[in-house]
Amino acid sequence: MSQADTLSARRIPDRLNGTGARFLKSWELLLFGIAVLIFLANTQASPYFLDPWNLSDATFNFTEKAMVAFAMALLIISGEIDLSVAGIIALASTAMGWALQYGIGTPGLICIGLTVGLLCGAFNGVLVTRLGLPSIVVTIGTMSLFRGISYIVLGDQAFNGYPESFAWLGRGYVFWVISFELVLFLAFALVYGVILHFTNFGRHIFTIGNNATAATFSGIRVERVKMILFLLTGLMSGIAAVCLTARLGSTRPSIASAWELEIVTMVALGGVSILGGSGSILGVVIAALVMGMVTFGLGLLNVPGIVMLIFIGALLIGVIALPRLIALVRTGKA
Amino acid sequence: MNFSSEIAEPVTGTADPVLRLSGITKTFPGVRALSGVELALYPGQVTALVGENGAGKSTLVKILTGIYQPDEGSIVVDGAEARFPTATAAAHAGVTAIHQETVLFDDLSVAENIFLGHAPRGRFGLIDWTRMYADATEILTRIGARLDARTPLRELGIASKHLVAIARALSIEARVVVMDEPTAALSQAEIEELYDLVDRLKAEGKAILFISHKFDEIFRIADRYTIFRDGEMVDAGMIGDITENALVEKMVGRSVDTIFPERIRAVGEEILTVAGYSHPTEFADINFKLRRGEILGFYGLVGAGRSEFMQALFGVTKPSKGAVRIDGKVAVIRSPAEAVARGIVYVPEDRGKQGAITAMPIFQNVTLPSLSRTSRSGFLNMAEEFALARTYTERLELRAAALDQDVGELSGGNQQKVVIAKWLATKPKVIILDEPTKGIDVGSKAAVHAFMAELAAEGLSVIMVSSEIPEILGMSDRVIVMREGRIAAEFDRDGLTPEKLVRAAAGYEESAA
Amino acid sequence: MILRLLKSREGILLAALLALLVLVESRFSGFAAPGNLAAVFNDTSILIILALGQTLVILTRCIDLSVASNLALTGMVTAMLNAAFPGIPVVVLIAIAVALGTLLGAFNGILVWKLGIPPIVVTLGTLTIYRGMVFLLSNGSWVNSHEMSAAYKAFPRAVFLGLPVLSWIALIVIAGFAIGVTRTPLGRAFYAVGGNPHAAVYTGIDVGGTRFAAFTISGALAGLCGYLWVSRYAVAYVDVAGGFELDVVAACVIGGISIAGGMGTVGGAVLGALFLGVIKNALPVAGISPFWQLAISGAAIIIAVAFNARGSRKPGRIILKSAERTA
Repeated sequence: MSQADTLSARRIPDRLNGTGARFLKSWELLLFGIAVLIFLANTQASPYFLDPWNLSDATFNFTEKAMVAFAMALLIISGEIDLSVAGIIALASTAMGWALQYGIGTPGLICIGLTVGLLCGAFNGVLVTRLGLPSIVVTIGTMSLFRGISYIVLGDQAFNGYPESFAWLGRGYVFWVISFELVLFLAFALVYGVILHFTNFGRHIFTIGNNATAATFSGIRVERVKMILFLLTGLMSGIAAVCLTARLGSTRPSIASAWELEIVTMVALGGVSILGGSGSILGVVIAALVMGMVTFGLGLLNVPGIVMLIFIGALLIGVIALPRLIALVRTGKA
Repeated sequence: MNFSSEIAEPVTGTADPVLRLSGITKTFPGVRALSGVELALYPGQVTALVGENGAGKSTLVKILTGIYQPDEGSIVVDGAEARFPTATAAAHAGVTAIHQETVLFDDLSVAENIFLGHAPRGRFGLIDWTRMYADATEILTRIGARLDARTPLRELGIASKHLVAIARALSIEARVVVMDEPTAALSQAEIEELYDLVDRLKAEGKAILFISHKFDEIFRIADRYTIFRDGEMVDAGMIGDITENALVEKMVGRSVDTIFPERIRAVGEEILTVAGYSHPTEFADINFKLRRGEILGFYGLVGAGRSEFMQALFGVTKPSKGAVRIDGKVAVIRSPAEAVARGIVYVPEDRGKQGAITAMPIFQNVTLPSLSRTSRSGFLNMAEEFALARTYTERLELRAAALDQDVGELSGGNQQKVVIAKWLATKPKVIILDEPTKGIDVGSKAAVHAFMAELAAEGLSVIMVSSEIPEILGMSDRVIVMREGRIAAEFDRDGLTPEKLVRAAAGYEESAA
Repeated sequence: MILRLLKSREGILLAALLALLVLVESRFSGFAAPGNLAAVFNDTSILIILALGQTLVILTRCIDLSVASNLALTGMVTAMLNAAFPGIPVVVLIAIAVALGTLLGAFNGILVWKLGIPPIVVTLGTLTIYRGMVFLLSNGSWVNSHEMSAAYKAFPRAVFLGLPVLSWIALIVIAGFAIGVTRTPLGRAFYAVGGNPHAAVYTGIDVGGTRFAAFTISGALAGLCGYLWVSRYAVAYVDVAGGFELDVVAACVIGGISIAGGMGTVGGAVLGALFLGVIKNALPVAGISPFWQLAISGAAIIIAVAFNARGSRKPGRIILKSAERTA
């Protein structure tokens, strides 16, 4: 501060710290370290873990959730949230199952899944940006509404009998152990990474999350950016619905239940500030790997699903609480 | 408790102070807001606290009212050391403050705003609403405020809210009353009533700390003065022993009349015409013209509707009626994006909330509205961003360690330069500056003024909203005065006096009403 | 006075509730009979109690999504204690339920207060943690009716002056809240903290501490409801009241409790809960599948929040004299 004031005004350098120095202190690197540790722990937990096919199986634990998490990361960085993503998945899956009864083929099913996702995203987006409602309440409402419609359609029934070509989207392999879903995951990681970090649109997202008022006062069309992000989140939920339905081969109204929690946790664990304004796609990718490996590792140890939920809940609070707790203890001692 | 009745008769300056601050120091990350200041408040006397924006006055008020804790120094009340860890503790010690309207509650009623935290209790210790309404009505009547105690606060205008703040301060049995610019938003009639009130409080033996920028007012009601400059106490004494010029000189730290740059008036063709701009609650019937290279000043009391009108002109809020012409063509401005596209830009008063994005680097702040020029088909080009940011920040003589430093780490004056650089990079036709030098240091202030003159000379049209009379007089070619959401008067620079401005802004004609 | 009531949110909601009752009554006679209405109220009691706790939390600009999990955990604890030691008096079990609920609520509160973690994150996390703890505790098995003592099951059903104890508890909580919220300093502090946290500091109100109090009270009521729920339905299992937190938030939002904080009344929250209760009880009467309920709750939240936001749109500052309201 005082140093800045005494510096010459004539020549200001572009950068103060090298990119390398910043990376060494980053959340992403710390998270990567954790990922490596969990990987090593898993190899100790089970001798079968390192088998390529086992590793490939492990990726299904996170690919679909991570695809939604990428769009969610953008939305959360912009200062909004969408808790209805799992509801959208249920509704999109139900729509596909319903269309299946009328003999619609694989391309048609994909179109329907994506369209329902987009429409749900548009519905959230309109309520938040046009009517100015808080996204957290709106999407708590639509989360019940979307899944509720699935329950109305299906009750305690299920849709089955998806064609083989459709099933490939969730179970197929592109090359050796590399699944179609894994390829999709990597492709979306790249696309969202580029959008967030290398485009004007990405810069606008960060600006809005940091200070939406100042962004408006800088001529950014805040509502339009948010609308696009809700649409993207809906679309990604639709894509996840296609993959998940194809993988499971059936649709029940309880499909993807509590996924919104895991997806938000993935985003928060990835270092995205839940209050908006900062985060990276790389962080979300590593967080997805960490959560996927934890789930898989606990699965190898025969830990039931609900206990894994405790772990995920604790992780969500823990990753945010820990740095603040350390800061609190530090200032307390000082 | 009976202390106030013991000293009910007017006291002379020889009495011991009720409250004495000594060696108070307060540091914030990067800024030393107060360094070892002294202040004494005497019963039955008004002490005026003067100093420029950023001199540390508001920090001192926050220490006095228990919002901030000093790093060093002592607070002595009635000869005994005291600590104010919370606002409640300060109130218990008999210190009360009239803050700005922003520390009230819009959703609560007038009565509850007055009594929140010390509401009258009835049976079983429950809040007695009937008595609260009665007591509130009594206090409001006492200060001459014609307000219904049951009205929700959000339905009141700024002046009425200010009266509620005063009533709140008086609802506490206080011995020390801090008044932080209490007349800033009041009309002349209301100001007279406030002076009467101050006299009454003095007679009751209360010690008053009066913060004001209006010198006529200070010389009228103060008994003592204390001057702050850059977080230090420069001088203190009896008001009778100092002249206005000496006071100002000590406050600013140099002689005053050299601050403003010499300007040659070179006004060109008409560029902006505003006709009949109105809003349901904020302003009505705004008409004016702006020419190339002109600096048009907008003067008025706090809350006169100047910022609100400017924000409507910039497309943040929607006017209910009215039209804008730019270069003779009708322009519909429904959003800031459209305003920027048409060459109108706005540097807001609230830098932290509306201007700078403090958690983002300097260069990203500067290039924000110009990204379409520095990028290729939507992809960022950092090299071009740095080049653009360098061009404009260096022109404004920004002082920073690097262009990727976060704006929040800069001083107020340098943050303001970043916001101005951001807009100049868009090559605008009209720049609206809302309180451009509020809360920035003297050096940056002069730089902003010099730069403003330079821009006008280059043909840019400037609208400057300011509440500082010297700035208005020193910079403007023409001045529009607003009062209660309407244009009250329009003056040419020649022959304009501070008296004319104050008269128009406060509505002297209506003072009898 | 009457005009003001008609214009208020509570007035509109009351009218909507009455209209709903008339509609149901016109199709299925007997629904609005006093006896049936009392049954509907009794059925809605738990929702009312939880909605009132949630109201305090929302008033302070927070949200508590963990109430249903809190309820399930405390309910399971009392059921298991009762099954293992049938001799423990019901009063002691209720005290344990309230104490445990308070503790769980205080845990939320302390994370929000001392660590400044956003409430949504805290309670989304504890929602799963508390629910998972039910599983760890019970190992996934049920506590069934025949394992519970007669006294344990009888308490909320016991009829006193024509109403079941469950209804009486709800009435007492409503009365306590009506007085506590309007006539105690803490009650007013909830409004101040949510309405303008910055100004609350100047008024000497501890913003974090007030939020902590709201979470703790919400937790205590969830604990109380844990016992009430399990004894009323005479069964405890992992998924007890699964997703019920949404109904609770829905009741508040429908009742006009502003999610932006600082605005809402006890009457509104009660009416909001009753509105949902009437719909839930009317569905089977009208022969509509219970699978509709989730979608109806969701739609009700959206409609209510949209409706409320319409009324509280920022009208701009009041500067023009003609726009101001004075005496």
